[in-house]
Amino acid sequence: MTVRAQAQRTLRGRVAVIGIGETDYHRHGASPDPEFKLALKAILAACADAGLDPREIDGFASYSDERSDASRLAAALGTRKLGATTMQWGGGGGGCCAAVANAAASIFAGLADCVVVFRSLAQGQYGRFGQTTGIHKISGEKAYLMPYGVLAPPQRFAMRVRRYMHEHGVRQDALRAIALASYHHAQANPRAVMYGKPMDAAKYDASRWIAEPFHLYDCCMENDGAAALVLVPAARAGEFRSKPVYVLGAAVGSGYRAAAMPHNSPLYASASFDTVAPDLYRMAGLGPSDVGVVQCYENFTGGVVMALAEHGFFKPEEANEFLTVENLTAPSGRLPLNTSGGNLAECYMHGLELVLEAVRQVRGTSTSQVLRNDVAMVIGGPMVTPVSNLLLGSEAAL
Amino acid sequence: MTADANSTYLPSGLPIPVPEADGLSAPYWEGLRQGRLLVQRCSHCHAWQFGPEWICHRCHVFDPDWTEVVPHGRIFSWERVWHPSHAALRQHGPYLAILVEIPQAGGVRMVGNLLGDPLQNVVIGADVDGVFEHHADSDPAYSLLQWRVRGLDGV
Repeated sequence: MTVRAQAQRTLRGRVAVIGIGETDYHRHGASPDPEFKLALKAILAACADAGLDPREIDGFASYSDERSDASRLAAALGTRKLGATTMQWGGGGGGCCAAVANAAASIFAGLADCVVVFRSLAQGQYGRFGQTTGIHKISGEKAYLMPYGVLAPPQRFAMRVRRYMHEHGVRQDALRAIALASYHHAQANPRAVMYGKPMDAAKYDASRWIAEPFHLYDCCMENDGAAALVLVPAARAGEFRSKPVYVLGAAVGSGYRAAAMPHNSPLYASASFDTVAPDLYRMAGLGPSDVGVVQCYENFTGGVVMALAEHGFFKPEEANEFLTVENLTAPSGRLPLNTSGGNLAECYMHGLELVLEAVRQVRGTSTSQVLRNDVAMVIGGPMVTPVSNLLLGSEAAL
Repeated sequence: MTADANSTYLPSGLPIPVPEADGLSAPYWEGLRQGRLLVQRCSHCHAWQFGPEWICHRCHVFDPDWTEVVPHGRIFSWERVWHPSHAALRQHGPYLAILVEIPQAGGVRMVGNLLGDPLQNVVIGADVDGVFEHHADSDPAYSLLQWRVRGLDGV
């Protein structure tokens, strides 16, 4: 490969986010709309934000077994043509940044010109992740877990976090700080399901255990809603209404045998970013000190601890000192985290709400705006595989 | 060691483990039924592997052998579950799940329950011994591998 060709193998500065949108966010089962209608509403909201005719969309990207089918969306919206449609493998929020990366790669490669990344979820219509029902016989990975009462996600991830806390001396207070930061930011965000429902350390400590070391407030919510963003080639970014936000880098995957099941990944006490974090920084040409604000998927607070450490913001042994409410809150904490309230307190939109919040931060329109906002990071799906991450930035960051 | 036929750690009604349609894990589940712990070990490069796969992850020889292992291990991690996420557990109260590392089988790990008081202090690194828990009356019948802390027989 020529040097020139190698230099082109990056998403840095190639693609811009021109619109974001979401539906109202609801408690699980509380959406008045079915899932597909939620998807349509979020996509139209993102187009309206951009000032884009929805018929110009020619690509769709999603993840986590999204049910709202791309071709049906294209037909429903009457898009003039359909180009690349991409679906990221894997569950949970591991794909929330990968879907953006796949959309951006499709645009850069010429497979589509205007791609919507979206996620829609109506758990009232389709069932919750937190309850196991209707399974009589089970095979594969879950057969080694479910008969022992390791059924729902909190139970599937608690032992991984416990091991990490054991190896690195991480205390419960570090997990608590992450929950408190999310709730703090949600109080400024009228979109947040937990808006008007503040939390403090005493309330966290008094909350019931779900699966030790997870209290109730260490666990994400379950919600109904949809969110979407629109991407176009960077050269077109100036044609639209909002301040463009550029993809600076993205990475997807996991390290050696991360998927060895059940619970047999060699690097067990890990959020799965051992290769993915360095890949992101390499593509973006940036390091942790360049990042002004982070949105990190909180399936569980413990996964956030691991993921932030794996992205180089602190060493695991420094987690107790670094992870304080003061350090994690906008406008000027050392590393403002989950400034919309995230999965814990804004909405469990499978992490896509985190990507939207990173866009708002770079635009300067967050309800908990940070001061250093030229480079914003999103981290998707700690502890699953594949995971993904994303760096977004302003024109000044290019 | 065999658990009392009438005594299982968790109530009945949880999902029943069965091999995949292609039979990949059938020797493992059949072994537990017979009170034997079988783990894959490659006959060519001797790598241990659990859960099972059709190929050795190290040398790519297909169909790794199944080798019997004495169910002795040590606690690698643990969790105490309080919130019932299945109807069968709704009135049950807290229970312990542990991740056990088996040093004599290449350090493969498996999940089970830690027998005894669910509120006991759990120590990472503690030695544990396997206890086969037979669900003979289930349809289909199956067996699990549970664990108890070594030196605490008769809990």
